[in-house]
Amino acid sequence: MKEEQKLQVSAIKNGTVIDHIPAKNLFKVIKILGLIKMDKQVTFGTNLDSKKLGKKAIIKLSDKYFQDNEINRLILVAPEARLNIIKDYHVVEKKQVEVPDQIKGISKCVNPKCITNHENVIPKFEVISKKDVALKCLYCEKITDQDNIEIIL
Amino acid sequence: MKNKSLVSIEDYGKEGILKILELAKYFENNPNQKILDGKVIASLFFEPSTRTRLSFESAINKLGGRIIGFTDASSSSVSKGESLKDTIKTVSKYSDLIVMRHPLEGSAKFASEVSDVPIINAGDGANQHPTQTLLDMYSISKTQEKLEDLNIFLVGDLKYGRTVHSLIMAMSHFNPVFNFISHPKLKIPQEYKLFLDNLGIKYYEHTEFTDIISKADIIYMTRVQRERFSDPMEYEKTKNVYVLNNAMLENTKENLRILHPLPRVNEISEDVDENSKAYYFTQALNGVYTRQAIISSTLGLI
Repeated sequence: MKEEQKLQVSAIKNGTVIDHIPAKNLFKVIKILGLIKMDKQVTFGTNLDSKKLGKKAIIKLSDKYFQDNEINRLILVAPEARLNIIKDYHVVEKKQVEVPDQIKGISKCVNPKCITNHENVIPKFEVISKKDVALKCLYCEKITDQDNIEIIL
Repeated sequence: MKNKSLVSIEDYGKEGILKILELAKYFENNPNQKILDGKVIASLFFEPSTRTRLSFESAINKLGGRIIGFTDASSSSVSKGESLKDTIKTVSKYSDLIVMRHPLEGSAKFASEVSDVPIINAGDGANQHPTQTLLDMYSISKTQEKLEDLNIFLVGDLKYGRTVHSLIMAMSHFNPVFNFISHPKLKIPQEYKLFLDNLGIKYYEHTEFTDIISKADIIYMTRVQRERFSDPMEYEKTKNVYVLNNAMLENTKENLRILHPLPRVNEISEDVDENSKAYYFTQALNGVYTRQAIISSTLGLI
């Protein structure tokens, strides 16, 4: 069994492994991290079994390391994601997404009558729930919940 | 300068509210004070609101200030496609304070971020209308001679009515009991109930408008708007259920006063107008004193 799991996605020598991504949000993660434009080797697996998430996805990036603020952008789509920093086939550091109290950009406000959807204003939110992420717009005060999050870049 | 704007009722805590009410009382006793002499106040109404605009203009005139501005967006550069940001940036160079009414929610907050002078929010869509809330608070404190421990009945459209929501937030500092009376479709939103639960404030929900009002210190009536109902029949039925008439006031408390943010349609019968418990027209007058207080406080003139 263990052997089988190991084979699901092949190992990398140096880089970052992002684990515990909800399978349905894999492509959102790819978009948010800008992996489409990356010229390094990227491997990903999806619909892998996970006790925690049901179906999870995993991304392996060769020779790529992230800043914390880049990673924290994943809170809306993969709040439980774990990062393993790999050097010479060994995990040298583990990181996880930290939910900040406020976020700027990333999602649109759900309210069509909000000023941020009409003027050139970057949406800003207070994070009012960290588990099932819910965002309160700092402009119109309406709440955007996880089901209504629309990613902007 | 920027952070002195009044965008949301939450910008003023308990102390801030009490300070404005005290100032409003001062202006009621001394309405004509030329403390805005030499000041230019911009009044930007991106959508028409005659009552609010006239109340502000009256307040500014009584204080000896000058007014520039427009009364609806069609007569402004907005009709040429100018952004709100550019309008505010420009007007803030011409004026000492901007009073703004705008149909989009969050517009006042955004304006306060880009303006060089303070912004007073005179209504941003369905979001906030803090000067209305402060004049409601002034009316309550004046008629009851206190704000603490009052039994407040809110009637009508409790779901969409921004005046109701802001009043709940503001009164929550003063240990009230709330009674909510509305059609099931226009019930008070869950988030406000949670807010009250967290503070341990008691509230009761009713769908029938009956003699339970005998316990009320304040009845705050609101208009049920036609556009809230997809079925016009249902609107017609509802709008005639939540109507206050003079006979219903028979067994009510002596100190009861009836408030309404106006305009009313039919939710208060005209036979209530002559009852000494009807307070809504005086409430509108209180708006002038309250806005005098807010403007002079925002400019740090008093």
